[in-house]
Amino acid sequence: MADDNFDTQNVIDQEEVLRHRMVTIEIAGKQYEVPEGITVIKALWYTGQEVVRGAGCLGGFCGACATYYRVKDDPKVRTCLACQTAVQDGMSFSIQAPFPARKAVYNIQELKDPKQDLFNLYPEAPLCRNCNACTEACPQKINVREGVWKAVFGDFKGVSDMFMDCVMCGMCTPVCIADIAPNLVALYVSRAQGAHFTEKPEGLERRIKEIADGQFNDDWTRVMGLNEKELTDLCASLK
Amino acid sequence: MDIHVLQQIVHKTRDARREQTLPKLSLAERDTLIKKYHPDFRESAYRPIRFGPNAGDKTAVELAALLEGSSQLPDDLDLTAAFTTDVLVIGGGGAGCAAALHAHAAGAKVILATKLRLGDSNSVMAQGGMQISVAPEDSPVTHFLDTLKGGLMKNDHALLKVMVEEGPAIAKWLIELGVLFDRDPEGNLHVKKGGGSSKPRLLTCSDYTGLEIMRVLKDEVLNRQIQLLEFCAAVELLSDEHGACTGVVLKDLDNKRYLVVAAKTVILATGGIGRLHIQGFPTSNHYGATGDGLCLAYRMGARLAHIDTFQYHPSGAVYPEQLVGALVTEGIRSEGGHLVNAKGERFVNELDTRDVVSSSIIRECEEGRGIRTMAGRVGVWLDTPLLDAEHGSGTVNKHFPAMVRQFERFGIDISKDPVLIYPTLHYQNGGVKIDTNAETEVTNLFVAGEASGGLHGRNRLMGNSLLDLMVYGKRSGLVAAGRASSTSQGKLTLDHLQRFRAEAKKHGVSSSEHASPMILPAYTRKTG
Repeated sequence: MADDNFDTQNVIDQEEVLRHRMVTIEIAGKQYEVPEGITVIKALWYTGQEVVRGAGCLGGFCGACATYYRVKDDPKVRTCLACQTAVQDGMSFSIQAPFPARKAVYNIQELKDPKQDLFNLYPEAPLCRNCNACTEACPQKINVREGVWKAVFGDFKGVSDMFMDCVMCGMCTPVCIADIAPNLVALYVSRAQGAHFTEKPEGLERRIKEIADGQFNDDWTRVMGLNEKELTDLCASLK
Repeated sequence: MDIHVLQQIVHKTRDARREQTLPKLSLAERDTLIKKYHPDFRESAYRPIRFGPNAGDKTAVELAALLEGSSQLPDDLDLTAAFTTDVLVIGGGGAGCAAALHAHAAGAKVILATKLRLGDSNSVMAQGGMQISVAPEDSPVTHFLDTLKGGLMKNDHALLKVMVEEGPAIAKWLIELGVLFDRDPEGNLHVKKGGGSSKPRLLTCSDYTGLEIMRVLKDEVLNRQIQLLEFCAAVELLSDEHGACTGVVLKDLDNKRYLVVAAKTVILATGGIGRLHIQGFPTSNHYGATGDGLCLAYRMGARLAHIDTFQYHPSGAVYPEQLVGALVTEGIRSEGGHLVNAKGERFVNELDTRDVVSSSIIRECEEGRGIRTMAGRVGVWLDTPLLDAEHGSGTVNKHFPAMVRQFERFGIDISKDPVLIYPTLHYQNGGVKIDTNAETEVTNLFVAGEASGGLHGRNRLMGNSLLDLMVYGKRSGLVAAGRASSTSQGKLTLDHLQRFRAEAKKHGVSSSEHASPMILPAYTRKTG
């Protein structure tokens, strides 16, 4: 890289950044022209639509903007998070309204037999017919079907590992022919795994006891008694 | 020039850089750097607030306008309560959920009102982790000192001491609720070292710490069947004849109607202000982060603390355009990722505090050692492939699945290609002044989480926010519930608003200047 010619050298002129080409998209059946490459959610704003439902963290974590879309000349309906997906010419999309899935109500700490309780809380879970529609619907690429099977067979650890990416968008639910809400099943299973089947961390218990026993009291007295200069010096000495 | 060509300098210089160790800056060096390059020191971006509890204090012009802004409520609003409760929590993020759960557990009737859905918040996006001193070589006192150093020695000592001491008990509570923190081979909590900390102290759930905590807390709020008012934005607090808080006026965003909630105590957990885009910065914040709680509390007479300082997360994505402002987790630097300028050089110890690292990146870019995209943005490289080189192939994929996924959607493999980053508006260091019970100077008005101020001083250390949310969410919930049980419902008035309007008029602020609170950012295109 020639340092003397920095400004022209250190420039990314990727096509998609350079051009402001307009593309035609279709939102809930109506056509619009928007700049290519903007996200689906920005396309909604660009076309003048107020978004209250369907926008949350805008960072791909909250699942509020679960969206169905299709690309040009392809009948396949896909799913995405609207804040994480760029529009392309010929794309057609609709934000999905939250699906009325039933969430079981439970007291996680008072469960006596969490693996058995799954069948009481979500009796539909073992009815999975292996159709794989949930996996296909997952914008996070989780193998949802396998997760449901693991849950039913009691591999709670396996499920919790698989569903760490789950943003609870719920796109797996409306496609299920057995009326399972796989994300809710997985959430129950993960919580049960954490609360009942994961080792209690000894070091944490020890630290809680040390604090309760006043083991740091002398240090606190010393630190809180320092003047501003002494405290600044002490902080500066930390490496 | 192709991005892959520009990236070659990062690949070429990697081995040489791995031999280098860069010292952290001394306090004096930090001071000089920050004063010259940190956005908090850009004088033209600030102005004094004209009236109210913080009259004369400087803050960002965008925030000053909102604090002085005018309420949208009509003078003749009917204040008949649609709902009545002991504790009203406003905000559905980490602090709001924690507050609601603890208040409910303490036996109070709780309503949780939130502008968007339950859980839509900055908390859900927290990737880096949660600081809690659990390692044998660590202690709450060291956590205190690290935080104080990070906060430029301006933190409220009492608030900070409570936070670091209650941290371990909070971790236990979350584990009992089923939060799956990463573990070491012995089953103890795995801790990582975060920027600005002298000891490893970050509890993580992969790079989904906030998401995992929020999934569990949201589910628990639903399990406890706490009454929810979603898509209801708080637009004004209510006060009795003595100025104590007695409830809130919400605006139902579906039908635009006002809803009055009578509450014995109110907890504001409304989060930060990234969506004000201070100084034109992109932001990592969620859609609703428009600082509503600050405006409401200010009109009510609560003083604000440290509202002239904001945190710019050092690594916001600059490229591709679709990801601009999105966070590139600090975990990458925690695990040894280098920051590299256009000449292939490192220029700061990557584990220094956020303000130092941000200032250094801005310095590199302002002095011409940044990389410019044709969209006009400038950034520096974050050497993500270094992690695989250092810790073995597959490390990036294993430790940062969320980030891999985010870039993969745009055809970028971060285990092979470095990413371009620049500071993004991330956190409001200050907020409404609270005491160790999370109570403000207004009786029965509590504030928890990012909307509160004082704890983090002038700069927050990574991982301290999640802990702040949980500790002060809990404290506010417990104290508010206790207070509600010993107090009766106060009269619902807008007296404080009338006083505020009169003062605004006296200072020549016209009621048409700025509607406040903002509620949602004005992104919708109205013309063309």
